[in-house]
Parts: sequence; structure tokens; C-alpha cells
Amino acid sequence: MSSLAETFKDEAMELLQELEESLLALEETPEDQGLIDRVFRALHTLKGSGGLAGFEDVSSFCHEAETVFELVRSGDLKADRELVSLTLAAQDHLKGMVLTEFGADPVDDERTAELVAAFQILLPFAEQQVEKISEQALRQESIQSTYRIRFRPQPNLFRLGVQPQFLLSELAHLGEAIIVAQLDAVPPLDELDPEECWVYWDILLTTAEDKDAIRDVFIFVEDDCGLDIQQIDEGGVLDQPEDYKRLGEILVERGDLPQDELDHFLNQKKLFGEALVEQGHVNRSKVQSALTEQERVQALRRQRQVCDAVDSIRVKSDRLDKLVNLVGEMVTVQARLSQFASNRVDADLLSVAEEVERLTWDLRDQVLTIRMLPISGIFTKFKRLVRDLGAELGKDVMLVTEGGETELDKTVIDSLNDPLVHLIRNCIGHGIELPQVRQALGKPAKGRITLSAKHAGANVALTITDDGAGLDKAQIKAKAVEKGLVGAQAELSDREIYNLIFEPGFSTAQEVSNVSGRGVGMDVVRQAVDSLRGSIEVSSEAGQGTVFAVKLPLTLAIIDGLLIDIASEQYILPLSAVEECVELTQEETIQAHGRNLLNIRDEIVPYVRLRNEFNLPGERPEIEQVVIANLEGFRVGFVVDNVVGEHQTVIKNLGRMYQDADGVSGATILGDGRVALILDLPSLATRVETKENSACR
Amino acid sequence: MGKRVMTVDDSATVRQVLHMTLEGAGYEVVQAVDGEDALGKLSKESFDMLVTDLNMPKLDGIGLIKVVRQNPGNRFMPIIMLTTESQPEKKQEGKAAGASGWIVKPFKPEQLLAVVRMVCPL
Repeated sequence: MSSLAETFKDEAMELLQELEESLLALEETPEDQGLIDRVFRALHTLKGSGGLAGFEDVSSFCHEAETVFELVRSGDLKADRELVSLTLAAQDHLKGMVLTEFGADPVDDERTAELVAAFQILLPFAEQQVEKISEQALRQESIQSTYRIRFRPQPNLFRLGVQPQFLLSELAHLGEAIIVAQLDAVPPLDELDPEECWVYWDILLTTAEDKDAIRDVFIFVEDDCGLDIQQIDEGGVLDQPEDYKRLGEILVERGDLPQDELDHFLNQKKLFGEALVEQGHVNRSKVQSALTEQERVQALRRQRQVCDAVDSIRVKSDRLDKLVNLVGEMVTVQARLSQFASNRVDADLLSVAEEVERLTWDLRDQVLTIRMLPISGIFTKFKRLVRDLGAELGKDVMLVTEGGETELDKTVIDSLNDPLVHLIRNCIGHGIELPQVRQALGKPAKGRITLSAKHAGANVALTITDDGAGLDKAQIKAKAVEKGLVGAQAELSDREIYNLIFEPGFSTAQEVSNVSGRGVGMDVVRQAVDSLRGSIEVSSEAGQGTVFAVKLPLTLAIIDGLLIDIASEQYILPLSAVEECVELTQEETIQAHGRNLLNIRDEIVPYVRLRNEFNLPGERPEIEQVVIANLEGFRVGFVVDNVVGEHQTVIKNLGRMYQDADGVSGATILGDGRVALILDLPSLATRVETKENSACR
Repeated sequence: MGKRVMTVDDSATVRQVLHMTLEGAGYEVVQAVDGEDALGKLSKESFDMLVTDLNMPKLDGIGLIKVVRQNPGNRFMPIIMLTTESQPEKKQEGKAAGASGWIVKPFKPEQLLAVVRMVCPL
């Protein structure tokens, strides 16, 4: 039992005692107004206190008796012996009701009903009928309506102890409010009484509450103010035209401008609001207020139309996959058609082929966007992960996400979960320090991991940033040497050192925990990212933190490719990596003295001769083409015979037999039905690099 | 900045509920048991708001409000009266005496706070 109930019990016993005494005295002198008041007050107080202390039954029971004694007090009813006996019985019953809560036997409900009925019978007919009408206002949540409110308090407002700003801010709590103060009634300074309120307000309120709720805000001042509430826009109604009433109509509706003046003005072809103000018919702030209303409602209706348009249906994802496959076939067939048409001298066929090409590209783009999902879906999951892991390791970490609206192909998003979980685990496990350590270093005790996504051309750039300790270069290198990943003498750039953490079997965690540090980890992350045709980079600043930058293609199904050929074999290079194409003459090759380096605008670019790499037969042409690709910040050239041009590439996976083929990521079917391999440029570059390195040793 | 509220009611239960609710919301609360007690305390200290019952022995609520409003220092003080459904005419009488608003008893703590927020927010 709470102490409040105890307080009430004590008070109730006192009041009931008082009630009993007064009733007994009243029996002797039924006309004594003082005694009647005492009875009434006892009942009244008991009712109020009971309600507050949670004794609803006591409260409502008292209410019945109180109602009767109110009539006695006003002289409409006599306090005869019968009423006194009834009330005494009620007093005994009340004592029982209060004590029930403190372990006494429960009162008889039938007896309660009997007594209530006995009191009610004493009331005039009308009062018996009074029943509380239940709140029928079925408030439809989430449906927002907009109201126009004009609140014009009487000048004596302040003397009631009411501050209008509190009412306005209360109103703003109900929803989105735009408040315009109207000052035209404020008298000149020498006549102004600072204790009077002459300002009035126009408010536009967009809220899910109903009119009564708005009225409730003004309940204390309702009688002392002009209050006009009108619904001007209803949320539930669809198919409303977006445009709203004209300025003139609004002003007339508000009573700020008579209709005939409006008509008069409409005949003058001026900017309406300006003209009205110029000629002094309506002051500027009223026009402003009306314009605000116009803008607001228009904006709301526009917004609503957008919302309605975002209506969605659920479709099984395998149906989508089929659709994407079909579009892929379509793109292939269309490429064939275009090629066929361009080989014929037939203007009609050519125009049909072009039409089909245009439609197919549109179709492709549309279908691919269907599969796009915002990345925020997996972002939210990580909040929990970060919280739980942080707690487990005694670290205080928060996750900040940016760019959750960035869209990615569903397949990409699905396969992104595991690598991201791993990266975040690593950030918390290795990166973020313990709170004490952080504080000692002058950092905020709460570590911060930022997960951000943004579009970058045909890719999505994901970055995972922590503000932890950063990578320890010396430790990484030592470990790598120990594991035999690099030679002890190897001169490595920072970037090369950092990238060692992605090598299989690498882990620097001092102690093995179940969060990170089982030695499997970062290499798995890289594999996963690679399989998505993405790339991952790490950079770090000692003491400042680590940044993992993951770059992913928007989609896995269709890419823009560059079709090239070498010895009459055709290949596709992903266009997203290609920067430019340059020529390579025999002379240049000879001048380079066998080193595969190219000078492009004074920049030395290494190149790979794909003809050699793939052991293709035949002679090199006089002039070869070099496709310069940007691979994670490094420019590398790929020498080919011919650059054919851009090609819409539908990616087909290689059969299981060829899954591990190095340097090839897939295949596609060309317009003429031939198969072209899609080259995996980063792995080709690495392959060549390793070969050269081993040749050097 | 804290706000000081005087609560006046002859019922200990009501006083306790008022006190707990208002103090929980961050107001400083001083209790009085009836109008006379309240006047005595009001003359010694200043308050940001007055919450008073109407039915009280000695000096009742209406009388209290009238006297309080006569003091120039209290002219703009928000005054909330506690009434019951059965006293609609009391509301008018209270307003005429100078009350800012009212709360119908019995009330829930959140109802009290909603009303207080309208006239004397923290």
C-alpha cells in the first residue's frame, strides 16, 4: 500500500467521523444551514480525495450522496429523518469501502447499488437522466488536418494571470504550427497600456488532433477571447486538387476583406496582395498570414500526393530475378538486332532497331531500380550489434549512420551483411579503446563508429570509420613477417602494410576473444567484397582511428562494359574502371627497353599486355590500344588490339568448373551470339605484379 | 530557474497528490490548509502560481482569489482553482474573482500538469 492510500485512509476516517457527528446533529435541527454545509463538505472532500487516491468506488458513491445534499443546501430538498438515516447508512457503508483496501471484508456490491438507487430516487427526474456521454470521437490517428485559428484575446487577458505565449506554445505541441502575430490593433505608444493585450494571432495548425483538442487549449480564456477555428484541409480526403484557394478567397473567408471590395480589385490587373496593401484595404501582415495559409496547404497536398504515389506492393524476389534475367536476354537480343541492322542498308530496319534499343535500355533501367533497396535496412541492425558488443567488451560505443537512403541492388545488400558485421566487430574489438584509456588520451569516453554510404558513379561507396587507436603498422608488419607473408627486408608503403590485414591467416589480436581475433576475418571480408565485384581499402592514423572504404557496384546483373578484341577474340572490361584509351606504337615499345611502362602526360603508367598474358597466337598490330584503368587509385594500362566500343553487358556466371579462373569474373553473350569473357582487372593486375616480384627475387 | 507554487486545500490527500505531482515535474511546492493559512504564507513569500481548492473552511477559494488579486504584486499571477463537475457556476464565480483556469476533481496527475503547463510552464 502506498503512503498516499494511508494518508487517504486517515483523512477518510476523520471525514466520516465528522459526517456522522454532523448528521446526528442535523437530525435534531434539520434546518441548520451550517450543519448542512458541514455534511456537504465532508462528502465533497471525501469524493475528491477518494478519486485522487485511486478509490474510484468511494468517489463515485460519495458523488451520489453529494448530489442529493447539494439540493438540500440550495433548499430544494428537506433534510428529513429518512434522508439522515439513509446518509448514516451510507456513511457506515463508506467506512467499509475504504477499509476493504486495508484487508477488511469486501463490501456487498448489491448493498452499494441499493444505496445509490435510494439516493438517486430523491433527485428530480432530469438529473436522474444525466448520463455521461462516452467519448465517441473516434480519433483517427495519423490523419492530419489543417486548421486556421484566429485567437483574439480581450485586452484584460494578462489580469487573469494568463500568458498568451504559453497557450501558443501549447498549441504548437499539438502539431506543426505556423503563427503570425497581428499587430494592427495595438494602439499608439502614448495610449498603450502595457498591462493590456492588443496583439492577436493567426495560427495555422496541422495536427492529428480534432477541433475539441484545439479548443481545450483555450478553455480558460474561451469566454474572454475571440476564437475562430476552421478546418481548411482534411487529411483523409484523397484526390484533392493540389491548388488551394486564391488569396482573395482566403481573405474574404477570414472576414478580413468584404466580397464587394474583392470583386472591385479583381478588375484591376495588379498583383493582388500588393494592390490591396498599397491601397490600404488590408494590412500587410494579414495578407502575409493568408499567403502563409495558401502555401502551407499547397505544400501539404503536394506532399500527400507524393505519399500516395509511394503506395507499394510486395513481389516475391524470385519473380524479380526472372524479370531481370528476361531483360538480360532482351538486351542480348537487342544487341544482335542492332548489329544485324547496321550491317544491312535498310533505313526502315535501322529505325526499328534503334527504337528497340531505346526501349530496351529504358526497360533495363526500370527493372534494375525495382531491385534497389535502401541500405538503411541493414544499418539499423548494426545499431543493436554495436550496443551489445560494446557492452560485452566493456566499451562505450555509439554507431552513427549516414546516407541510409542510398540504394543498392537487393543481392548486393543481402551479401553485404556478413562482411559489414565483421568490419564492425573489428572496429569495436581492435579499434575502440576502453573508456578509461580513451579518457586518459583526451578523447571522449564514448567511442564512435560511423557507417556511411553514398553514390559514386556506378558504384556505392561505403565507409566504416572508427575513432579508435588506429592500426599499428610495426605490429602488422612484424606479424606478417612472422607468418611468412612478406620478407623481413621488404620495403612496404603504408598502404601495402595496411592491406596485409586482408591476407588469409592474419590476426594481430593479442588475446583471442569471441568478438574478433580468431585469425579468420579480414580475408573473409575481402573475399566477400570481391565476389560482389567490389573493392576494399583501409587507411589509418595512429591514435585517430581507422577507415575502411568499400566500393560496390550498384548492381550485379548488368554492367556497362567496354568491348575490346585481341587476336580476334572479344573481351569485356568493366567500363566503371576505365579512365581513358591511348595508342601504343611499336616504336614506343622498343624505346621502353622491355619495361612495360608508358608515359602519359608525364605520368609513368605500368601496363599489362593481355595478348601475352592470355597466350594468344598471332602478330601484334602496328598500333596497339591501351585501356587505362584506375584500380583503387593506381593507374594500370591493359594493352589490346582494338577497342570496339561500349557494350551493355549482361553478366552470366561461369560454370562451376571455371569458377576459380583467375582474371575472369564472368562472361556475356554478344550480339552475334559469341561468348565474351569479362575481365577482372584488379586480379589481373595483381597477378602480373606477383609474377614480376617473384621474377625480381 | 525553479518556479514556486502554493497549493491550498483542506484535504490532506489532495495536498499530497498536488505536492507529489508538481514536485515530480520540477516545481517547488508550499502547502497551505485553507485560505487564511495561504494568505499568511503569501504575505511572507512570493510565488509563481497559486493552486487552490474552492470549498474550504475559514476563508474559501473564491475569497482567497479575490484577496490575492488585490495585491498589486499578484495581479498577473496564474491562479488555478480546483472544482468539481457539480459546480459549473463556481467556475464563473472563480473567473470573475480572477482565477486563470481550473481543474476538475478528481484529476489525473497528467491532467494537472497539462493545465499547469498552459499557465505556468517551467
